[in-house]
Amino acid sequence: MLKLQEVSKVFRVGAFGGKTMTAVDEVSFEVARGEVVSLIGESGSGKSTIGKMVLRLMSAQAGTITFDGDDITKLDKRAYYRKVQGVFQDPFSSYNPIFKADRVFSMIKEVYFPKEDDRVWRDKVASALNDVRLDAGAVTNKFPHQLSGGQLQRLLIARALLLDIDFLVADEITSMLDASTRIDVLNLLADLKLRGLGVLFITHDLALGNYISERTVVLHQGRIVEYGPTEKVFETPEHAYTRKLLASVPQLHRKWEGV
Amino acid sequence: MTTTDPITAITAPDPGTAPISVRREALYFAVRNGKLLVGVTIVTIFLLIGIIGPFLVDRPPMEYVGLPMLPPSTEYWLGTTTFGQDVLAQFVYGVRSTFEVGLLAGGLSALIGMVIGFVAGYRGGLVDEVLNMITNVVLVIPTLAVLLIINAYLGIRSVGMQALFIGLTSWPWVARAIRAQTFSLRSRDFVDLARLSGVGTSRIILREIAPNMSSYLFMTFILLFGSSILIASSLDFIGLGPTDGVSLGLMLNHSNQWSALHLGLWWWFIPPGAAITAIVGALYVANVGLDEVFNPKLREL
Ligand SMILES: Nc1ncnc2c1ncn2[C@@H]1O[C@H](COP(=O)(O)OP(=O)(O)OP(=O)(O)O)[C@@H](O)[C@H]1O
Ligand SMILES: [Mg+2]
Repeated sequence: MLKLQEVSKVFRVGAFGGKTMTAVDEVSFEVARGEVVSLIGESGSGKSTIGKMVLRLMSAQAGTITFDGDDITKLDKRAYYRKVQGVFQDPFSSYNPIFKADRVFSMIKEVYFPKEDDRVWRDKVASALNDVRLDAGAVTNKFPHQLSGGQLQRLLIARALLLDIDFLVADEITSMLDASTRIDVLNLLADLKLRGLGVLFITHDLALGNYISERTVVLHQGRIVEYGPTEKVFETPEHAYTRKLLASVPQLHRKWEGV
Repeated sequence: MTTTDPITAITAPDPGTAPISVRREALYFAVRNGKLLVGVTIVTIFLLIGIIGPFLVDRPPMEYVGLPMLPPSTEYWLGTTTFGQDVLAQFVYGVRSTFEVGLLAGGLSALIGMVIGFVAGYRGGLVDEVLNMITNVVLVIPTLAVLLIINAYLGIRSVGMQALFIGLTSWPWVARAIRAQTFSLRSRDFVDLARLSGVGTSRIILREIAPNMSSYLFMTFILLFGSSILIASSLDFIGLGPTDGVSLGLMLNHSNQWSALHLGLWWWFIPPGAAITAIVGALYVANVGLDEVFNPKLREL
């Protein structure tokens, strides 16, 4: 469904844009319908940049991204966003601080469902909130700073669910959630996956990636170092970086022993 | 979900939410800010003089209405000029046109500066470079020289034309400041989220970015208003003012031309000079007060 072919992104850095920095380097992978692909890598490896290119918030310098066979840059934006949505990494910066948080829902209504009856819409919002285990009364009519990071994050997931999406870019969507809500959200994704949703699951938590994804892409300094079925990547990692990554996961049954 | 009906839960308003209280807080500090109160009071007094004055003074400002060079009296409150014109009449019409020029020129330059600043800051890239170049060109244009040329060929006839000229030349610093702020706001995730919601560029600028700097935009307008008045008065004084009409600057220009100072006609030049100083000064003081209201760090404890 979503296919990246040798996609690269180069940022200009330095005072006069004289230097360049390759954040994403010839990345190719594919996400099929009803599949979760996790994108794993350390901080700064280019994960969010890939997500933003898929969401057309940034353009790629080279390579093509196709959705159902069409080059995404050629598609109408509104139609594209109806099918492809994203949840960003930083929930606090995802809300305009001077407006109420549930404005993210009314924006969707204004653009995509201007004619829909208010009551019907409210039902829809309430059921989306229910899906992400949020109590409508606790989160509506509040300003972003009055809500917790986890609540904000789940509001963003609910927002994406309001559109009948086929694909979700989930950029560390569970980073602010406690263990039990995290499982709820992951199970929600698993549910949606069964209904045919494709997910690009960006994370640096290997356990989460392992839990939810069919296939795994390991990114290191903008390059793919490992790409394959999740079990294979986790059991027989080919690249030294992946092995290092796996070795550095704290184990539940082992305690830290000071050096 | 508990027993609460989700629909009523959503519609139930929640009192005491933040920006309302933020706004209330701003108002609270606004009515207690001495600088702001003094500034606003002075400006309002002059504004009223400009609006109501011309209706109360029934003498035409530019005509011979009495003996020349009369000092202030109960008949002529501010005396008369060398030509027997009523200084009070000139003064109230002058205050009115001063506000007109400030509003028109300040509004125009705020508008141009905002449009260019927002577009350049939001779009970035080539658009930004082109707009930045235009801004820099206008910034380095020797305004006075251009005005002399325009005046020589066309003549500045009306207050409107003068305002147009001031408006067209004083926007660059506004554009620059707004561009910088827009640039930092546009990289915030909520702008991306609005784009993901299918919201168009102009709406994002107007409804996501601009509201985040509304206090700044308001203060910018106040400053432009004040500086336009000052520029207009200076132009009038050096003889580049509108050829027909009356303004505080023109009063100064005429009194200077006809040696009011040497003849001791203080009532001819002190009122307009004091009014310009008071209006512009009050605007700046109000602006400092506004800054304190909007910026909690500057509030005196
Ligand atoms: N707009 C930008 N301009 C310049 N450089 C950028 C920009 N956005 C990202 N970068 C750089 O690109 C690299 C990749 O950033 P990215 O946000 O994709 O990392 P990430 O893998 O998501 O990291 P994290 O796990 O911390 O979220 C970083 O080195 C970052 O500094
Ligand atoms: Mg990231």
